[in-house]
Amino acid sequence: MRPQQPIERHTMAVLVDNEAGVLARVIGLFSGRGYNIESLTVAEVNHAEGLSRITIVTRGTPAVIDQIEAQLERLVPVHKVSDLTTEGPAVERELALVKVAATGDPRVESLRLADAFRARVLDTTTDSFTFEVTGSSEKIDAFIELMKPLGLVDVSRTGVVAIKRGAGAM
Amino acid sequence: MPPEAQGNMMSGAEMIIRALKEQGVDTIFGYPGGAVLPIYDALFKQNHIRHILVRQEGGAVHAAEGYARSTGKPGVVLVTSGPGATNAVTGLVDALMDSIPIICITGQVPTHLIGSDAFQEADTVGITRPATKHNYLVKNVADVGPVMHEAFYVATNGRPGPVVIDMPKDIQVETGLYSGSPKTKHRSYQPQVKGDLNAIKQAVELIAAAKRPVFYTGGGVINSGPNASQLLREFVRMTGFPITTTLMGLGSYPASDKQWLGMLGMHGTYEANLAMHDCDVMINIGARFDDRITGRLNAFSPNSKKIHVDIDRSSINKNVHVDVAIVGDAGHVLEDMIKVWKAGVHRPDKQALADWWTQIDQWRAKDCLKYEPNQDVIMPQYALQRLHALTRHLKPFITTEVGQHQMWAAQFIGFDEPNHWMTSGGLGTMGYGLPAAVGVQIAHPNALVIDVAGEASTMMNIQEFSTAVQHDAPIKVFILNNEYMGMVRQWQQISYEGRYSHSYSDSLPDFVKLAEAMHGVGLRCTKPDEVDGVIEEMMAIRKPVIVDCQVAKLENCFPMVPSGAAHNEILLNARDAGIERADDLALV
Ligand SMILES: Cc1cc2nc3c(=O)[nH]c(=O)nc-3n(C[C@H](O)[C@H](O)[C@H](O)COP(=O)(O)OP(=O)(O)OC[C@H]3O[C@@H](n4cnc5c(N)ncnc54)[C@H](O)[C@@H]3O)c2cc1C
Ligand SMILES: Cc1ncc(C[n+]2csc(CCOP(=O)(O)OP(=O)(O)O)c2C)c(N)n1
Ligand SMILES: [Mg+2]
Repeated sequence: MRPQQPIERHTMAVLVDNEAGVLARVIGLFSGRGYNIESLTVAEVNHAEGLSRITIVTRGTPAVIDQIEAQLERLVPVHKVSDLTTEGPAVERELALVKVAATGDPRVESLRLADAFRARVLDTTTDSFTFEVTGSSEKIDAFIELMKPLGLVDVSRTGVVAIKRGAGAM
Repeated sequence: MPPEAQGNMMSGAEMIIRALKEQGVDTIFGYPGGAVLPIYDALFKQNHIRHILVRQEGGAVHAAEGYARSTGKPGVVLVTSGPGATNAVTGLVDALMDSIPIICITGQVPTHLIGSDAFQEADTVGITRPATKHNYLVKNVADVGPVMHEAFYVATNGRPGPVVIDMPKDIQVETGLYSGSPKTKHRSYQPQVKGDLNAIKQAVELIAAAKRPVFYTGGGVINSGPNASQLLREFVRMTGFPITTTLMGLGSYPASDKQWLGMLGMHGTYEANLAMHDCDVMINIGARFDDRITGRLNAFSPNSKKIHVDIDRSSINKNVHVDVAIVGDAGHVLEDMIKVWKAGVHRPDKQALADWWTQIDQWRAKDCLKYEPNQDVIMPQYALQRLHALTRHLKPFITTEVGQHQMWAAQFIGFDEPNHWMTSGGLGTMGYGLPAAVGVQIAHPNALVIDVAGEASTMMNIQEFSTAVQHDAPIKVFILNNEYMGMVRQWQQISYEGRYSHSYSDSLPDFVKLAEAMHGVGLRCTKPDEVDGVIEEMMAIRKPVIVDCQVAKLENCFPMVPSGAAHNEILLNARDAGIERADDLALV
């Protein structure tokens, strides 16, 4: 047998027909075959042609990653699969809404940190802030960690979206 | 409305019939119910499509599988919503695992009731999503034609498989403008059929330089069509290499040819398995490195370069890493391989090949399929040898159930042509063979169609014997009756110290009387010297027949590569397996 392969994190973009059940097909594929999903986002990207783009972050050995790509490709409504991790440089972003309920010093501190993270204030009350923060998943993790002792009460994250660097399309 | 459009205004149900006709469908297998009554009404009013009424929806799908595998055309099924659809699920998964093209139309409750737990509502698209290659829920009558045609395209192109079309009852009733044509493709699903020429050249180089080569071919060659089998024969003969095929590939290469090593795998021949283990170049065409083939993965053919031709990219490097991967249709790729081979100065290393054949002949000399003949008790192998000898001139179609009898059929019935062997390989569904035989017989009314069966499997779908009677399908159910779930019993004997937990077929019916009660013919043989007579009698009867061939009860199926073992750890007999063929005679 081949030597044990290392586990890698890959981000894949999947262009699909925006039809009923397509997301269930993709998710069912992952659960049915025991692949893991770290993050999954989906939205229509081309209304005229009825195409949606799914971005999936997954982990596995190179052999498993290759199977995931092949299995996605054979789903009938899938147009194209791009492994953004291997196909040259790509950028990844995630957006989070982070609510902190605090007064006094912690409130001031949360605002100061938000500024350092270039987070915007979306909603304010006298005893809360809701921040909008964008960046890599690690940056958002770090921001949330920092908010915890300051009165973090709620988080909503979009999951990762990604796109290739440079002029080329998927 | 333009006059030409007027002829195209029709109900959803009529659209279904129209699309089936345009697809050249002559037969469908089905069972009615509330949610498909409009389609049954449309069927009633036409004469182009023959409907075969089964006795349970599971039987409809297996019958359609038999029809499809024996004709190369897709099989079509029509069932009602709820229990009709759920009964069909086993057959759908069976077709998915064995790459059989099936179109299954399921009734559904009216669109406005979907999601309300309506009478006989089931989430059919949800349930069948992982059971099919693709599925559809039709929500507009205008979509009926296009979806029907697309479904045929999807089921039959690329790696074939089952497709479900869920049709709500209101859509069947509503009137709309028919559209769609058999030329419909799918806008994103466009499988690659031509292989990459560079990879093919690389493969031919490897093949030409091989010293201990073996062809390992599978169901993909059958899927590709009879032409692929012809090209395979041509190429294999050109190279002079040995060839083995999987259970699903039987018939793609003639069993009577001297280059054929027999089936490989768990119950494959000694020579096929050892050739796979010791080869230096393996040429896999349309086989999927199933675990019944590879045995323990880290001991699988450790020193070979592997070439893999498959139309489904996901079959490549799934279980076994290969050196040359060619994504494409077996027929197309074989054609190119032959061209490249002929264009070059490719001559196999004669001396090395001669040595390899010498080695193979030594393995062959083990005569691994031999069994202890018996004067008093019918050995199952003997019964099948006689069945083969007495029927082969008629080129019979053979279906099987699942168990020991299935493996013995694979070992002892030689197939010289593709599409004559129908068996449930991937899912291993007991109860497949009888309805599959009905489907084959409907497609080939004058052929001899035999279901090689076990008594336990026969009980799983015995109701379809009535289907055979109703539709004048003179199938022969040839039961190797050992009164055990023999395959289960064998594993219990080898791995569970003979604790035969619930593997005895208790309270069996009298199969002869059963056949008679169902208006067929029942025959029985209990002694070796009765076998020929019963087979001949069976062949002469133009009616469905059940043969109760009472065989040795405790015989085991060898060779056997125990699961998790390597090919060269193959067991050839009871002694190798650490068991004795105990008090068999006493039990008969
Ligand atoms: C009790 C029992 C025991 C068994 N023991 C054995 C055994 O000893 N030996 C054995 O061989 N099997 C055995 N089987 C069957 C086994 O489980 C598998 O079903 C079988 O080995 C798979 O055959 P295959 O590799 O030919 O693949 P198939 O299931 O036939 O798959 C075909 C492959 O070809 C590809 N393909 C499809 N169409 C094309 C095309 N047009 N061109 C190119 N490629 C194409 C597909 O993508 C797929 O990868 C047993 C089953 C049972 C129930
Ligand atoms: C639907 C289904 N249930 C259970 C099994 C497990 N199984 C495999 S072989 C077998 C016994 C088959 O007995 P029989 O039909 O008498 O055949 P024999 O092995 O005796 O030839 C069983 C229970 C199966 N393959 N399919
Ligand atoms: Mg039995």
